[in-house]
Amino acid sequence: MPGVALRGIQKSFGATAVLRDVTLVAEEGEFLAILGPSGCGKSTLLRILAGLETADAGEVLIGDRRVDSLPPKARDLAMVFQSYALYPYMTVGQNVALPLEMRRLSAWQRVPVLGRMISGAARRAIAADVAAVAAPLGLTPLLARKPAQLSGGQRQRVALARAMVRNPAAFLMDEPLSNLDARLRGEARAEIVALTRRLGVTALYVTHDQGEAMAMADRVAVMQGGRVLQHAAPQELYDEPASLDVARFVGSPPMNALAGHIGEDGAVVVSGARLPWQSTARGAVMLGVRPEGWVPAADGIPVVLERIEHLGAETLCHMAGGAVLRLSPEASRGLAVGQGLCLAVNRAVLFGPDGARLPLAAARREPAFG
Amino acid sequence: MANPHRAEAIAGTLLALPAFILMWLMLLGPAVAVGLLSLTDWNFGEPRIGFAGLENYQELWGDRVFWISLRNTVIYVGVSVPATVLLGLLAAIAIEGVGRGRGFYRAAYFLPVASTLLAMALVWEFMFHPSVGFVNQVFRGLGLPTADWLQNPDTALFALAAIGVWQNLGLAMVLFMAGLKAIPPDLYEALAMDGADGAWERFRRVTWPMLGPALVFVVAITAIRSFQVFDTVQVLTEGGPSKSTEVLLFTMVQQGFTFLRSAYGAAITIVFLVLTLAITLAQTTILDRRAHYG
Repeated sequence: MPGVALRGIQKSFGATAVLRDVTLVAEEGEFLAILGPSGCGKSTLLRILAGLETADAGEVLIGDRRVDSLPPKARDLAMVFQSYALYPYMTVGQNVALPLEMRRLSAWQRVPVLGRMISGAARRAIAADVAAVAAPLGLTPLLARKPAQLSGGQRQRVALARAMVRNPAAFLMDEPLSNLDARLRGEARAEIVALTRRLGVTALYVTHDQGEAMAMADRVAVMQGGRVLQHAAPQELYDEPASLDVARFVGSPPMNALAGHIGEDGAVVVSGARLPWQSTARGAVMLGVRPEGWVPAADGIPVVLERIEHLGAETLCHMAGGAVLRLSPEASRGLAVGQGLCLAVNRAVLFGPDGARLPLAAARREPAFG
Repeated sequence: MANPHRAEAIAGTLLALPAFILMWLMLLGPAVAVGLLSLTDWNFGEPRIGFAGLENYQELWGDRVFWISLRNTVIYVGVSVPATVLLGLLAAIAIEGVGRGRGFYRAAYFLPVASTLLAMALVWEFMFHPSVGFVNQVFRGLGLPTADWLQNPDTALFALAAIGVWQNLGLAMVLFMAGLKAIPPDLYEALAMDGADGAWERFRRVTWPMLGPALVFVVAITAIRSFQVFDTVQVLTEGGPSKSTEVLLFTMVQQGFTFLRSAYGAAITIVFLVLTLAITLAQTTILDRRAHYG
């Protein structure tokens, strides 16, 4: 099963540039999430791959085959829409069977009444394939129902079944879980990942939910303003964001960005505190610290505790000025709102004033805490 | 202390009362009055009125003109409704496909609906004129047989039906366009992904089934409007030649207003109302049962 590639894709709607030179490759069998805020061009990118939209420039490849000028049906891709786009007047079984009917039956065999008489064997084979796809998704008892008689979760699985039934070259999903409630979403996540793994099919998954992208994908492409900011595995995206935008978009609560500056000696200074971190950069910088990247210490950045959220497994401490600290419930015991603290930085990344990543290293000298 | 539910029920009844009274006064009252009138022997202007039971209906049953009239009306509806629906659907799909000037085409097709048919009948009389008329000139040019369309008993009813189609086409088109607008575009996209992107497959798999509710409504509304055909008959043929364009409302007006047989006219009106009501009931039943996908 081949991978897919988009190279140098550009697309404008009128005067608005939606995609600016986007290049993205999904390896064979890879689950690639395209993550970004609404309006970043991620859905348009997926639609260009599907053939529902044409790019102004660039090339689209499925395996080694260029498909830019081919209509959707010749691309051998399947898509799950945000609205599911089930045919409301057909039963579940008919919905799932349609892609097979379009591919396996001749135009004559598809003629309403008469076609049935000359396509018995082919239709029986289709019915068998539909049953085989429906069973693991729990759709077997629903095959004779209309979509209007199904719950949201059931409709979503029908959409999956319709996409899977003909073993496409790649599986495209456009926010397929956004119409489900939180509990179902968790189940459906696992279900979709398990299905694509079992089929070994290349999957492209568009979402604005970073948790979904991180949880499901082998790799995540973060998009903003019509560009791919970073394309990496979830952990790398989290630990080594390529820019401040990525750092802010990935992770919940988002990474803290502290304004600071680097003096002549290369030491990072934030809120008047010299931190044991060194950089070759100079001048104004932004220090990025994950909520779990710092600890209360005797010496460090002075802050005032403004609000405490007890979430059970962890405690989030919100500081005046917006910084967030993630602690274990044990470590947070004894903290009170209004209390002053000093925070030492365990792990951090450094960005320039333009948001680009800068080098940062822990200072070799004796740490100021411990 | 008064029962709050009771108080609420009384307040609700009082608030609904004005609308209720108006509905009876304006809509249901006249229908009931016509129904009662049809059970009398009253002629307009006569000082005396008496109960006649079902005599008027018995007379209708034996009236040759009434049966001709009913038959003509059914033929008129049977010809003009399918033609209106088909052409209206084609026009709607064609105009939806046009990029620019959509507003112009929509207005142009809708013009006959908004204009006075009585005035337009003049134009149609000219169009159907046997020698200088546009229709015959075109037919002659194409080598097709010509006729004195409005004066030939074999063609007059169909000529009137053609005018009826022309008049109702815009209405059907506008309703179909609204139906087309309500089809979610991602259904066509899903269909394209599923392997069907030809015009015929798109129409058959998505457009046609999704237009179900609009279709039922268009058929009902054009059928009701076609049943009401009167003005073209009155102006162009006066029911002739030899009763070939005698239709229900024309018969009713003749009996009730020309011959002043008010009670008999009322009986014809009741037949007309029953037919219209049957169409409306059929429409709501079908809509409730089948064409709903919600």
